[in-house]
Amino acid sequence: MAAVRFTSSGDTAFNVEFGETIDRATNARVMDLHARLTRARADGAAPGLVETVPTFRSLMVVYDPVATTRRELEALVGSVIDASGTAGATGALWHLPVCYDTDLAPDLAELAAARGLTPEQAAAVHASGEYFVYMLGFMPGFAYMGGLDAALEQPRRAEPRVKVPAGSVAVAGRLTTVYPWESPGGWHLIGGCPVPLFDAARDRPVLLAAGDRVRFTTIDRARYETLRADAAAGRFDPETLRAKE
Amino acid sequence: MTVPALKAIRPGLFTTVQDLGRFGFQELGVPVAGMLDPLALRLANALVGNPPGMAGVEIAYLGPSLRVEADSVRIAAAGPLAMTLERPGEREGEGRQPLLPWRSHSLRRGDTLHLNSVSGAAVAVLAVAGGFALPAFLGSLSTYTRAGLGPLGGQPLREGTALPLAAPAAPTTADVELPEEPDYGSGPVRVVLGPQDDRFMEEAVRLFLTSSYTLGKQSDRMGLRLEGPALTHRAGADIPSDGLVTGSIQVPGNGLPILLLNDHQTIGGYAKIATVISADLPRVGRLRAGDRLSFAAVTVEEAEAIRRRQESHLAALVRGIRAVRPPGGVDLDALYACNLVSGVVDIVNGNGDILSLLGEDP
Repeated sequence: MAAVRFTSSGDTAFNVEFGETIDRATNARVMDLHARLTRARADGAAPGLVETVPTFRSLMVVYDPVATTRRELEALVGSVIDASGTAGATGALWHLPVCYDTDLAPDLAELAAARGLTPEQAAAVHASGEYFVYMLGFMPGFAYMGGLDAALEQPRRAEPRVKVPAGSVAVAGRLTTVYPWESPGGWHLIGGCPVPLFDAARDRPVLLAAGDRVRFTTIDRARYETLRADAAAGRFDPETLRAKE
Repeated sequence: MTVPALKAIRPGLFTTVQDLGRFGFQELGVPVAGMLDPLALRLANALVGNPPGMAGVEIAYLGPSLRVEADSVRIAAAGPLAMTLERPGEREGEGRQPLLPWRSHSLRRGDTLHLNSVSGAAVAVLAVAGGFALPAFLGSLSTYTRAGLGPLGGQPLREGTALPLAAPAAPTTADVELPEEPDYGSGPVRVVLGPQDDRFMEEAVRLFLTSSYTLGKQSDRMGLRLEGPALTHRAGADIPSDGLVTGSIQVPGNGLPILLLNDHQTIGGYAKIATVISADLPRVGRLRAGDRLSFAAVTVEEAEAIRRRQESHLAALVRGIRAVRPPGGVDLDALYACNLVSGVVDIVNGNGDILSLLGEDP
């Protein structure tokens, strides 16, 4: 078992670091500890534990220093941590629709050209992958999904956009995402997803969770517009995108 | 019958509903938000008889004017806030009556509470007895304006915004005051080094702990930009993104630290040199552009002990809350409260002569 490193985020949080790299094996150990501490908290076995936040290669443990101490929680982590790191729950598999039309994909042609591909080929490569949600952040519901084919690997744009439209499907490095909100952003925009990944009106406002897997389904413009209109009118249940296990 | 409410006839500069934060959903990327000065919220709530974490109103720099559209309401402000009460029917020339923070006041229908400038701090807090009848989002009434999450569409107060009140009337007990103002501390802001202090040159850590920084103008609820000596990384500012807390001090490539406040993103990819301890967060949340600050390092154990001492200080203040004792002269608020209770004597709208009631037992 690789060594675990504890680092301090003041007196309200600490980080359990499993490595320095972004890979599935390291992240599996993060998710495993996340699951175990979430369970301990639900069982009332972790007083003062506020929440745990999984990231690529570390788990942030947030606590209330009035109700517990770093020392006690480090001991709890030590007692539940598992060497194999395979007990994390298996996430859901989602099929997200994407339209790769040019106006929804302002960076597709340039990205494809930079990698010696046609836009159609680049879109096909993106749509053929299965992606893994390492973590959410940046904005509510913004999923950092790993597993992008090396053929599409490209660093972030030198000049981030001031406004990226909500629903933009984007890539950067070996990651892909769908922007849940209009926001600034430096990723390459290669498509549009017509269904919202964040909806405050839903019981689960955020569709994707860390540990989930995502596949993209190519749709044409007509289908994109239909789904978009349905979603805007509240006639679309995003749970239908969840693959039956 | 209309819903009892406080109505914003002037919204203030950036007035938001906040509680102690929306914890439990950072794994979904949902920021915590919440009061920049949680100490003020807890004390304001204590003054109006609320649980410590009940949502109140955060007032940044310049507050709103709120008209009472309820039979009565009890309020308390915490922080260096200038307030006045405008009461219809007040005698010509009497002007607006100044109200003090750190105590409760009972207002009645038609009153307008003018929350004016906050001086010497960026924020102050207003609490109302019983809280607001607003729907929680993910278990919290904190407002995160960047994504429009929380009550009132996740937006600051606008002209005409009604803050619905959960209690139809003020409590019938006497108004109360805090025995003394809370101690926010002074001297260097205390930090725990890390989580990535090892990503900085030793000289950078020394510089960080011995220099004075000025709060930049581009500061908001998300973070404070610190102007001062640049801090050099050993090998670049980027790390595999990891978790952030309120108080995280991240240092991007230009070497200038950013002290993250309540609206910070849940994760970030810049190395963090240190984290402000929880006991000093209320003080940091009150800082204004142009303020100077320096830092001193403590251990996690020391930080936890300092926080526990602060909790004792807070508990002592709350235990010391007492009925308002007028500094000689007439306690108008007590008189008004009496009036509200009895509903018999209408001091102002009767003959308008308050003085005639002096010395009488209402």
